[in-house]
Amino acid sequence: MRNRLDTAVALLGPALLVVLVGIGATFVSRSNEIHFLNALASVAIVVAIYVFVGTSGVLSFGQVSFVALGAFAAGVMTVPFDSKAGVLPDLFPILRDHTIGNVASLALAAAVGGAFAFVVGLPLMRLSGLAAGIATFAVLEITHNLLREWTKIGPGATTLSLVPETTGPLQATIGALLVIVAAFAYQRSPLGRKVRATREDPAAAQAVGISVHLQRLWAFTLSGALCGFAGGLLVHMLGSITTEQAYLELTFLTLAMLVVGGVTSLWGAVVGALAVSGLDTLLGNAEDGIGVGFTLDLPEGSRLVILGGLMALMLILRPSGITGGRELRLSRRRAA
Amino acid sequence: MIVAAVDAQTLVDAVGLGAVYALMAVGIGLVFGVLRLVNFAYGQLVMAGAYTLAFTSDWPIAGSILACFAVVIALSLAMERTVFRPLRTQSPAVMLVTTFAVAFLLQSVALILDIRDGTIGEPATSIASLNQAIAIGGVDVRKVTILAIVVAVVTLALLALLLAKTTIGLQMRAASTDFRTARLLGVRADRVIGAAVLLSGVLAATVAVILTVQNPLVAPDFALKETIVVLVGVVVGGIDRLWTATLGGFAIGFATGVINGALPTDKTVFLPSAVFALVILVLVLRPAGLFARTRTTVADRV
Repeated sequence: MRNRLDTAVALLGPALLVVLVGIGATFVSRSNEIHFLNALASVAIVVAIYVFVGTSGVLSFGQVSFVALGAFAAGVMTVPFDSKAGVLPDLFPILRDHTIGNVASLALAAAVGGAFAFVVGLPLMRLSGLAAGIATFAVLEITHNLLREWTKIGPGATTLSLVPETTGPLQATIGALLVIVAAFAYQRSPLGRKVRATREDPAAAQAVGISVHLQRLWAFTLSGALCGFAGGLLVHMLGSITTEQAYLELTFLTLAMLVVGGVTSLWGAVVGALAVSGLDTLLGNAEDGIGVGFTLDLPEGSRLVILGGLMALMLILRPSGITGGRELRLSRRRAA
Repeated sequence: MIVAAVDAQTLVDAVGLGAVYALMAVGIGLVFGVLRLVNFAYGQLVMAGAYTLAFTSDWPIAGSILACFAVVIALSLAMERTVFRPLRTQSPAVMLVTTFAVAFLLQSVALILDIRDGTIGEPATSIASLNQAIAIGGVDVRKVTILAIVVAVVTLALLALLLAKTTIGLQMRAASTDFRTARLLGVRADRVIGAAVLLSGVLAATVAVILTVQNPLVAPDFALKETIVVLVGVVVGGIDRLWTATLGGFAIGFATGVINGALPTDKTVFLPSAVFALVILVLVLRPAGLFARTRTTVADRV
């Protein structure tokens, strides 16, 4: 009975947090709403990354490339038909002459992300440890380079704009919830258990007949699809995006969120994403100068100094993150 | 077609690039040897050196270069003390992510320092004279390319001597083979690590001087691209041994130079894609490293 309660809490806890943030977004002014939406988009991205990095234990710097791909797929395909040939003249005709709706574009983003992750993962998931970390970095570099320079598939080095801003509080909340539910369903499923077995002890997992390569590949593919979907949410929230916005800084921020929250649990991913984006917003405002009892006016760039320091400190003092890498539970004292 | 496109000019530039990358690879490989830590923040050491050169532009050249070495070495030792030391017992992945965070921290600090005058980017003018080209047999060679190659060869030779002939060198080799056993046999951990970090700091400062001559406009992301490429090269070459790591660094620099020369001019923007695709191919075929002695299986790596 208690076991079932814990299971429910492990899903409902993160979901409730997300819903609260979503409701919060409707109560604040228009200029502050973006911060709440940003937090929800961060939750979606970080949970999507968690699906691979957290469950398989393999470090990846490459998940943001799927976010970028999803964002540009959804963005390019929803630019209104009338202005498309004007702003994106070099596109392949099939991309230039079609425009799809909001929901279809999110589905497309997920499909593109998942398909790309599967293709890339086929060879890469044979690697682990440092080689995997470096190889996924190579994926990020390639994706960024292609998106930035190849004007047949996107805007190139210019800003992609005129994307319909459909990610309001409702879509952001539902989107983040969908990613959380997918991640939860996956980690409760036989596949999720198998991939976590490969994380705990690859040799033992192989000994009981689990294919490390295959299980990592599923996790990577699902993570890629969710990352793509989150990228779609992101682009519909921003309305305009450049390739630099889904590159190193986003990789750093989302990894920081995951690490600060606790890499090995869904709860950690959600808590980390919300905590760090909350802090990020606060610091971002402080760079512009805000009054919080006293006037806090930080120089530009101090946002990343503090976040970097916090992330390093967290890793040194408490490598398992705020949540200790555990799911939310009502019964506190339990062996991990 | 590729053979035809690779002329002497391309080769000289490729060797020059390879030499700089090899120096960075040694700096990263030395620390990895004793600490099992991949230092993502290595490029920010170089960046700090470059800023020192820029901020001391009106000093005499020697003083400016001396200041660069002092700052980089001090920062390198400080990084070991505050970040690497508490992390010694962690897994390589945790250490890599931590240095990733440190890299962003240092880069942001540089941004804050840089933007005080309202613009991003500081010119380092005093040593720019080395950037002139001289013609040797119809090939334009920049003085700094010669400098880079000479410095790389001399530094690597000195390092080889140090590792082969001195006590501390022997201890460093012992520590990178088996740190625990080395300690049991009386090698003092802090001393060996300190020596490795110091040497890697010296190398970072050297690289800072060379890169600043080549690219005198110093910005917060100075050497970031290079570091990523070198890190990749080090792992591709085989990070477990210093010489394979160095060769990896050289190889990726050389390959970048050659591919850059071989690509048609309108396609050079896709250079990173070509290089990193090659990297993925090599990693998949030889996960333990291109120059590693034996092919290790996946199970050995995890």
